[in-house]
Amino acid sequence: MPADIFAKRRNDRLLFFGALAALTAGSIFITNYDPVAGFTSIGKAFVWGASNFYPNARALTKLPDIALKLRDTILMSVAATTVAAIFALMLAMVGSRTTRINAVFGAIARAIASVLRNIPLVAWAMILMLAFSQSQLTGFLALFFGSLGFLTRAFIETIDEVSIHAVEALQATGASHTSIILQAVLPSSLPQMISWLLFMIDTNIRDATLVGLLTGTGVGFSFDVYYKSFHFHEASLVVLMIVITIICIEMMSNYIRRIIL
Amino acid sequence: MTNALDTMSGTDRPVGSMVASVSRLPARPLTKEKVVIRLLLSVLAVTTVYALAHLDDGGVNLLQAASDTLANLKIIFLHPGGPHLSFLKALYEVVITLGLAFLATLFGAFIALFLGLLGAQNLAPKPVTNVIKAFVAFVRAVPTILWVLIFAVTAGLGATAAVIGMTFHSVSYLTKAYSESFEDLDRSVIEALKASGANWWQIVFQAVIPSSSTYLLSWTFLRFEMNFANAVVMGAAAGASGVGFDLYMASGYYFDLREVGLITYLILAFAIILETIAIRMKNRIKDDQA
Amino acid sequence: MTQISQLPGAPLLEVSHVMKNYDGTRPALDDISFSIGKGEFVAVIGPSGAGKSTLLRCINRMIDVSDGEVRFEGVSVSQLNRRDLKKVRSKIGMIFQHYNLVERLTVIENVLHGRLGSKSTLSGALGRYSRDEKRQAMELISMLGLAEHVYQRCDRLSGGQKQRVGIARALVQDPKVILCDEPIASLDPNASKVIMEQLKRFSNEMHISLIVNLHQVDVALRYSDRILGVNKGRIVFDGRPSELSPERIAEIYGTELSAPRVRYAS
Repeated sequence: MPADIFAKRRNDRLLFFGALAALTAGSIFITNYDPVAGFTSIGKAFVWGASNFYPNARALTKLPDIALKLRDTILMSVAATTVAAIFALMLAMVGSRTTRINAVFGAIARAIASVLRNIPLVAWAMILMLAFSQSQLTGFLALFFGSLGFLTRAFIETIDEVSIHAVEALQATGASHTSIILQAVLPSSLPQMISWLLFMIDTNIRDATLVGLLTGTGVGFSFDVYYKSFHFHEASLVVLMIVITIICIEMMSNYIRRIIL
Repeated sequence: MTNALDTMSGTDRPVGSMVASVSRLPARPLTKEKVVIRLLLSVLAVTTVYALAHLDDGGVNLLQAASDTLANLKIIFLHPGGPHLSFLKALYEVVITLGLAFLATLFGAFIALFLGLLGAQNLAPKPVTNVIKAFVAFVRAVPTILWVLIFAVTAGLGATAAVIGMTFHSVSYLTKAYSESFEDLDRSVIEALKASGANWWQIVFQAVIPSSSTYLLSWTFLRFEMNFANAVVMGAAAGASGVGFDLYMASGYYFDLREVGLITYLILAFAIILETIAIRMKNRIKDDQA
Repeated sequence: MTQISQLPGAPLLEVSHVMKNYDGTRPALDDISFSIGKGEFVAVIGPSGAGKSTLLRCINRMIDVSDGEVRFEGVSVSQLNRRDLKKVRSKIGMIFQHYNLVERLTVIENVLHGRLGSKSTLSGALGRYSRDEKRQAMELISMLGLAEHVYQRCDRLSGGQKQRVGIARALVQDPKVILCDEPIASLDPNASKVIMEQLKRFSNEMHISLIVNLHQVDVALRYSDRILGVNKGRIVFDGRPSELSPERIAEIYGTELSAPRVRYAS
């Protein structure tokens, strides 16, 4: 009966939005979120930003300093991503259903990847800092562990998605396991893997800012120093340079993806 | 196809007699794709080697630090617990973190719904979609923590600034996801409604949103999963409450590894639950599009 | 059941009492027995889900049988260790409905993959092929009318062209048997005709036995020397195409309603 359908729709909608409203109220209550301040501060932030948060002439004199720190951050992110990708490739070969030799090892590899990527980056940074102190190495290792977990999952999905049919065909010809991996799995999944790698570099540069904040290195530390000493013009220059870097890298990645995918 | 039939009739010979006809293999072309891949991989390799060689290790003894970290991890994972934090209290802190993530996702989804409509090429004129795309790219390029710290100047450090900062990134992520979902919508549906005289808002609320609601919910949940991890960060680095703050205190001030262990386990448990649901949602999106 | 008695030559492949259970409910294959001689062109027909695909994959042990035996050139395939199994597989070609090519590689690279089973692990892994192997691959590629596409990536080819690459990859193995799993199910009628005629030709000229899963009865009637009808994991017909009456077709496909339309060409 049509009337019933409309009534059911309305009830469903009521239930959905009711639950949403209850969850929102609960969240606001326990987190101490201030809805009024939240709403008004956005407007205030823009007004404040327009008058204080832009690079001025004095800030520009800090440009070489910031550029040097930014370079450190980029290098650290690229290195962490590339090294993680190499290990992720090995872990993915063991963990993928298409290429694994043994189901038990496969499950172990996937479990390791799952634990690595689900421990938040902050936790990695805090734990590593206890022994490695505040240094670039700590940041590198924190990014490395997080990327290793993420890339392993991405690589496993890629391998299973892209190469399962070709692997079947090569198994049927009697090809060896190594041949199958090097001749079928890698050629078919390499471009997709590179695409994930580029995505990870982009993500890691943004995350490196956070890690830098905690570990006192790179461009994140620069921002922190200027921010805490109320040098907002300099801080805004840091933000601007990060934005330019990220957008350049994204454009480059998109160009590369267009060619290889 | 005709080509193939012709060739077939012309080559009615067994393999052996063909040897003479193919004397030399034609030269093999090097494709642009291969050049780009090789170039990229070499650039990455060189950059990595250079970066590793110049990495500042803070003067710590690497072997010592590595074995210390292993020992720390052992305590963290094998003897979780702690004097400052009961299990229930820690659980409550995780719920606060979930609350931060929920608020940011909800606000983000609400704003992204409108921006997503304006960003969909089948629903909005090209100049508008371009503006939306540029906005999304810019918001995304600023790290979440920096958004939070910028808002903290006017809102003060804490939950409010954290939620607004996270909302910004959620908006940029969801706007892109939503407008792509809208673009997948069958063109003919919109055409049919237009033909019947429906206006833009009617089309949006009667056809576009109902038929893509499954995707919208899935994408929103995926973002919620990411925001959970972000909300942990907010506690540790932006003074918001929640389990991230406890983590920061335990590892940065009390140096209590057992407490770090308890917190890590709880975060891990919730993250894995959220991830499991998120993977199902993602497969749903994939299956429907296949 | 009509059994063909005169086989051309000694049985190359013998399947006896093969059973396959996936999950303990209805068996996917139920007491399958037949044998195939050199150069025979055998079509396997039956409704989808009848077990045609499983049957084919049990022959080269892509799937392990639950019970029974498959003998290839007198050797029991199910008893072999990994190494010897690979040797046997290198003499059995396989062609797939979805071509199963490495789409991003060129035609010749895909064709040469057929040689991997006969190479040492090292040279196979590095993709080093001898001059003769390359020449043989080139010949097959030109015989199949793909000469101008040798260095084209396979994802740029049409379905019919991709399947011809698949055929070349099987032929470069120098196989005794080629297993074809629905080779024309994804192709249009024109491309299907080309593929079936090429398969028929290689079967005749190079004396390669073919086992072809098909769902089009008329194609099976036109090209095969012998038809196996499979339903619910059992062989319900084994005979010459001329012996396949409409009643037998109905039997193979279960009910008359679900029997496909058949065009009698001859």
